[in-house]
Amino acid sequence: MDAVTREPIDFTRLVAEVSGPGRGGTVLFLGSVRRGPDDGPVQAIEYSAYEEMVGPELERILREAEAHWPGARFAAQHRVGRVALGEPSIAVAAAAPHRAEAFAACRFVIDEAKKRLPVWKKEGFDDGGTRWRDGDAAPSPSMPR
Amino acid sequence: MPSSRERTAGAASAITVRCRLFGRYAEVFGVSEVGVSLAPGATVADAIAELRRRPGGEGLLPPRPLAAVNHRHVALDAPLADGDELAVLPPLAGG
Repeated sequence: MDAVTREPIDFTRLVAEVSGPGRGGTVLFLGSVRRGPDDGPVQAIEYSAYEEMVGPELERILREAEAHWPGARFAAQHRVGRVALGEPSIAVAAAAPHRAEAFAACRFVIDEAKKRLPVWKKEGFDDGGTRWRDGDAAPSPSMPR
Repeated sequence: MPSSRERTAGAASAITVRCRLFGRYAEVFGVSEVGVSLAPGATVADAIAELRRRPGGEGLLPPRPLAAVNHRHVALDAPLADGDELAVLPPLAGG
């Protein structure tokens, strides 16, 4: 499955990719466009990415996760282009023999993805205005500075 | 196979790096890609400094932005080679 898609994320396919007879716990994380109390009247977010790098960087994250949780399987995808309020912009699926590893592994992948994937978002408001929005994740310790 | 004289000449000449700009950097700079010529042995920081010397660059690019070379995050003291692709990354905001 491609790391980046311009279509709505098929998260049932992500879950199918990680499922297996030895993996009894599966966690699916969906990050969706939201309108929080401090966000203003967000209608959609336009995601852009350094698409040639998202795939290799996501592969590095998933390999690190596999090293931490050898019995687990992972899949993730980020959407780019216009994503409407309430629609998922990123999905991570993690399956492991037991739920504790599945939750921990999924949390690791989404946290690292937010810190390391070269993706940007521009909020679009009800009145037609736009605004670049920085992420809130601190750089990962694994990123050289 | 180049002669030793050609290799010496090549090592002494400038290197060219393909700089890619994204997000707000591309929008304000007005381009998403620019070539930069640098002295041999130049680092990512040298390329950033060169970009900041261009019109509008100092106000646009911070002195220590995130950077990637050939699709991998790097520190600003990472060396550059001829033909490298340097990406100057605005604060990441995926997810």
